[in-house]
Amino acid sequence: MSSFLKVDNVTMQFGGVTAIDSLSFEVQKGQIYGLIGPNGAGKTTIFNIITGNLHPTKGRILLNGEDITGTKPNKVVYKGIARTFQNIRLFKSMSVLDNILIGFDARAKYSYFEAILRLPRYFKYERELKEKAYELMEIFGISQFADYFATELSYGNQRKVEIARALATNPKLLLLDEPAAGMNPNETADLSEIIHKIKRDFDLTILLIEHDMKFVNAMCDSVTVLDYGEKIFEGKPADAIVNEKVVTAYLGDFTHA
Amino acid sequence: MTLQIFLQQLVNGASLGSMYALIAIGYTMVYGVLRLINFAHGDIMMVGAFLTYFALEASMPFELSVLVGIAGAIIIGILTDKIAYKPLRSAPKISLLITAIGISFFLENLFTVLFGSTPKPFHAPEYLTKIFQIHGIYLPISVIIIPIVTVAILAGVLWILFKTKQGIAIRALAFDIETVKLMGVNADKIIMIVFAMGSALAALGGVFYAISYPSIDPLMGIIVGLKAFAAAVLGGIGSVTGAVLGGFILGFTEIFVVAMFPDLGGYKDAFAFFFLILVLLFKPTGLMGQDLERGRF
Repeated sequence: MSSFLKVDNVTMQFGGVTAIDSLSFEVQKGQIYGLIGPNGAGKTTIFNIITGNLHPTKGRILLNGEDITGTKPNKVVYKGIARTFQNIRLFKSMSVLDNILIGFDARAKYSYFEAILRLPRYFKYERELKEKAYELMEIFGISQFADYFATELSYGNQRKVEIARALATNPKLLLLDEPAAGMNPNETADLSEIIHKIKRDFDLTILLIEHDMKFVNAMCDSVTVLDYGEKIFEGKPADAIVNEKVVTAYLGDFTHA
Repeated sequence: MTLQIFLQQLVNGASLGSMYALIAIGYTMVYGVLRLINFAHGDIMMVGAFLTYFALEASMPFELSVLVGIAGAIIIGILTDKIAYKPLRSAPKISLLITAIGISFFLENLFTVLFGSTPKPFHAPEYLTKIFQIHGIYLPISVIIIPIVTVAILAGVLWILFKTKQGIAIRALAFDIETVKLMGVNADKIIMIVFAMGSALAALGGVFYAISYPSIDPLMGIIVGLKAFAAAVLGGIGSVTGAVLGGFILGFTEIFVVAMFPDLGGYKDAFAFFFLILVLLFKPTGLMGQDLERGRF
């Protein structure tokens, strides 16, 4: 079986610092794949490379067999990739509805002139998009906040808006950067359920970065563990937490203590 | 002051304020997306007025000439962004600012070299300059039309910003360019639209200016541009409604101060900057402006 996302021998250097060193891993279609590792291990860098924000020094990114290395961020969306951020990056004092509507931009098929001239296509699409936005908000249980400013929502709900906004771009591959960060156990459980649901309903493949090992264990089919930009483990999450190298990376090497 | 004089000054103020407002919208929108005070904006207004003038000289009808002026200003505005500002997107903001001042000097001097610095008479069609007299108030048609057009344009701009996908993208750009790109939005195209809108409105402001003070010269954009900038700051830079409000306040104040204290007439250009200083001292975010992290437009 060919992989859906293939990170092929990627190296990323910033000046003299090697943030990622010859990293390869493959995500199969329909998987929830975890990328874990201590702070500074290069996890978010990988996300930035996949979405085209960074151009890798070496290596390739393949999506469904197609080389998408260095595709610009606003084009990567059309390949079916969307992401959320570790530090929530919503459009702060815009309404939740507008935040999600902008995600539909890629799909809104009317031109500037049609909008100015108020041609029927403009109204038709605006109405359709609004309906779709409400459907998305329903899934996350945030439709009652549609007219609130994004910043007026609780942290957990802001995360949901961010995921909803990512889904609005109609992705096949969803990248979640620490989706459970800063959430209490109830919110985390709620989030796990939603992620499973959207994965099913939207036929998604998910790559997520997370520190909460309990969450990773419950969510992920497979994980790659990074330390200082190198892969130190790949396999089932349950095996990762008993792996000697992984434990050393997180807790330090006690043999020399 | 008699009621007649008061009403006379009121319409004059509305007309002058409209010009400031139209130009201020461009300042505020560009600032909203790029955090750039586009000091070349006043000169874009001059370019619009000049191109309209040349089209008129080539005996085109007035309406068509205005369209020529607007189209030319849009092209120059977009080119400025593409050639001068775009390569500096990730540079420090101060580099952008200095570049904007450079573009301003360039346009002023280019037009001086090409067309001379002697003011050129601007002949608006008669139907705009015809003067009505109602109860002792002198009303050129243009003075009535200009504020109406300005308010209609404000409504149009607000509608674009809040009701179209391009408008949502323009507002979102003010917060986070990188994230907007990840939504599939071509950020450079949206910035281009912003420059196009701003330049079109500036050109229209330039034409209104040329109708009211029927002459144009290559340096006409400097003082009007700076006043419009003061209006944008007064209204709260980043806010389109604020820019229009600031423009009208400035227009009314300028006219009324001169009417009430004719001795101060020579200082009329100073009021805008006196206002600017007061705003910066006591309410740096302006009338409609909010905390920079919060609302825009």
